Amino acid sequence: MERRTLFAGWALPAFLVLPQLAVTVLFFLVPAWRAFVESVRSVNAFGLNASFVGLANFADLLGSGPYRATVLRTLVYCAAVTLLAMAGGLVLAVFADREIRGRAIYRALLILPYAIAPAIASVIFVFLLQPEIGLLTHLFRSFGIDWNYVLNGRQAFALVILIGAWKQVSYNFIFYLAGLQSIPRALTEAAALDGARGFTRFRTIVWPLLTPTTFFLVVVNVVYAAFDTFALIFALTGGGPGTATETLVVKVYRDGVINLDLGGSAAQSVILMALIVGLTVLQFRYVGRRTVA
Amino acid sequence: MARLELIGLGKSFGATAVLHAVDLVLDHGEMVVIVGASGCGKSTLLRLVAGLETPSTGRVRLDGADITGVDPSRRDIAMVFQNYALYPHMSVFGNMAYGLKLRGLPRAEIARRVDEAAAMLGLGELLGRKPRQLSGGQRQRVAMGRAIVREPKLFLFDEPLSNLDAKLRVQVRADIRKLQRRLGVTSLYVTHDQVEAMTLADRLVVMHQGRVAQIATPTEVFERPVNTYVASFIGDPAMNFCPARLAAGGTAAELDAGVRIGFADGRRDAPDGTRLLIGIRPQHATLAPDAAAAGLDLAVELVEPLGSETLVHGRLRDGTAFAVRVTGGPGTMTDGTGLRIGLPRDAVHVFDAGSGRRLDPAGLADGAGNQARSRAAAPVAPA
Repeated sequence: MERRTLFAGWALPAFLVLPQLAVTVLFFLVPAWRAFVESVRSVNAFGLNASFVGLANFADLLGSGPYRATVLRTLVYCAAVTLLAMAGGLVLAVFADREIRGRAIYRALLILPYAIAPAIASVIFVFLLQPEIGLLTHLFRSFGIDWNYVLNGRQAFALVILIGAWKQVSYNFIFYLAGLQSIPRALTEAAALDGARGFTRFRTIVWPLLTPTTFFLVVVNVVYAAFDTFALIFALTGGGPGTATETLVVKVYRDGVINLDLGGSAAQSVILMALIVGLTVLQFRYVGRRTVA
Repeated sequence: MARLELIGLGKSFGATAVLHAVDLVLDHGEMVVIVGASGCGKSTLLRLVAGLETPSTGRVRLDGADITGVDPSRRDIAMVFQNYALYPHMSVFGNMAYGLKLRGLPRAEIARRVDEAAAMLGLGELLGRKPRQLSGGQRQRVAMGRAIVREPKLFLFDEPLSNLDAKLRVQVRADIRKLQRRLGVTSLYVTHDQVEAMTLADRLVVMHQGRVAQIATPTEVFERPVNTYVASFIGDPAMNFCPARLAAGGTAAELDAGVRIGFADGRRDAPDGTRLLIGIRPQHATLAPDAAAAGLDLAVELVEPLGSETLVHGRLRDGTAFAVRVTGGPGTMTDGTGLRIGLPRDAVHVFDAGSGRRLDPAGLADGAGNQARSRAAAPVAPA
């Protein structure tokens, strides 16, 4: 039921929405506007004067080999994180959906990683995997694996994928669990009586009925992998070694804040903004409608 | 066709027993209906047969083979669920073909069987539709079709009509009965609706609080209910019960309402003074034409005209609630008036008030008694 509150004047309502408006303007609208402005300007090396350059920054980006490599790397990263995190969440949800003892505790533990701040998560993994003192590093060494993500780009990339996925498994777990529980038990029972067992039952009945959930999670996971993994990657590898773990958001930071190419960085931000607007529209258009139906 | 045997089948959830050792045999092609109020364990019984629950005690045998521990998918049993449980992402054809595909039947054979069942159920036009595009009655038929194409050994029905409106229910009920006779598949049907139970069953199983109260043909359950629970549950409107005591050497009952009724079918073997409940169905009580006739006084509380008949609710002199169903309109009967009613001697059921069990005439211990059911009002002796 919708509850409406009626105010006599406009002063109180305005006052009440002011904090939220202030935050939005200060941290979202102003930076976004600045990014637009900077993306069509070029600042000299000392930051003393700037000139309007039109779309030159964008043209430079699209013609740049490193940028295209980063786009490709980000795509691979998103695909890998999404696939791993969703598969992990689904498998755990299928198990948690069963009638087992201590189900509540099991579920709470599975949700826990989502509550950990990204940077903290990275620090935890540093303790485990740091090339000199990591606990798992020793284990790997005893198996003859030379583990050093600080020097080995492939290992570093694999690591940020794993941690990125690990963080998101909880989220997917919750949604898949809810999806599984919304499937009427009579349906799986009917399938059982029709002769479907175990994996066949899952493949022919459960998985198709989870389609809306899966579609929603794909969008959310891609957005997460593309945009929300900055803190995680930055705290763990800073984008290195070299550019081995540099995704688009990391590159924005590196180019702008570290290399001080404000124009190029701002242009990248604008491209990312366009991307996230597109994904959000997609999500609202299809997912919103599907989950309601 | 198959023979289903339940041997001492019971189910407990923790310390709560929901089903106490049920013994039941379904013969080849027989339709047995389990009826009872909600929570009596009837659905649990069905789920145990399907293998969706594991029994705590007892065995299930199908055609002689013990299937107690067998997975539902290997039992060769088809079930029609209360909410039909159609697969929402599959077409009508897909729903019906699903079980056949899993069995690895050739495509041509699947199409043939589905088409045949669809024709039988009038679903031919709908094979391409999704369940959400169907009406309730159509969904019900698809659920039936899904069970039929499998040609299983046993059909289970879990209140398949409860989601249909009243008019459709009567029609589908008749369709189910015709179909079951035609296919000759042994069927177990669960319902809480006594009319459904009476019309569909070859034999009726009345359940009460997790136990079987009576297993008999519908007619026998109606005419010779084994206890007051069955007597009140089967029959609409429900049977009247008048408190009484046994008198005249076991040959009559003295009603608390002030009359003595001699038994038409013989002496009851119990000491005089035993507390009884005398049961009379509302349609068997008669309206004595004039007030001087021997009978019972009924203070009318409510008159319900039903068109071709009238239902009169009232109270006897001792305060017992009593209903009479008479043919015809209400006439001059109105709320608050008094009536004189007659109780036919051969229409009374005698129950022990303490145990609720039926008391049959002495020498009828085999329970094969056969009460005449003439509607002629036998004289009711005033006490």
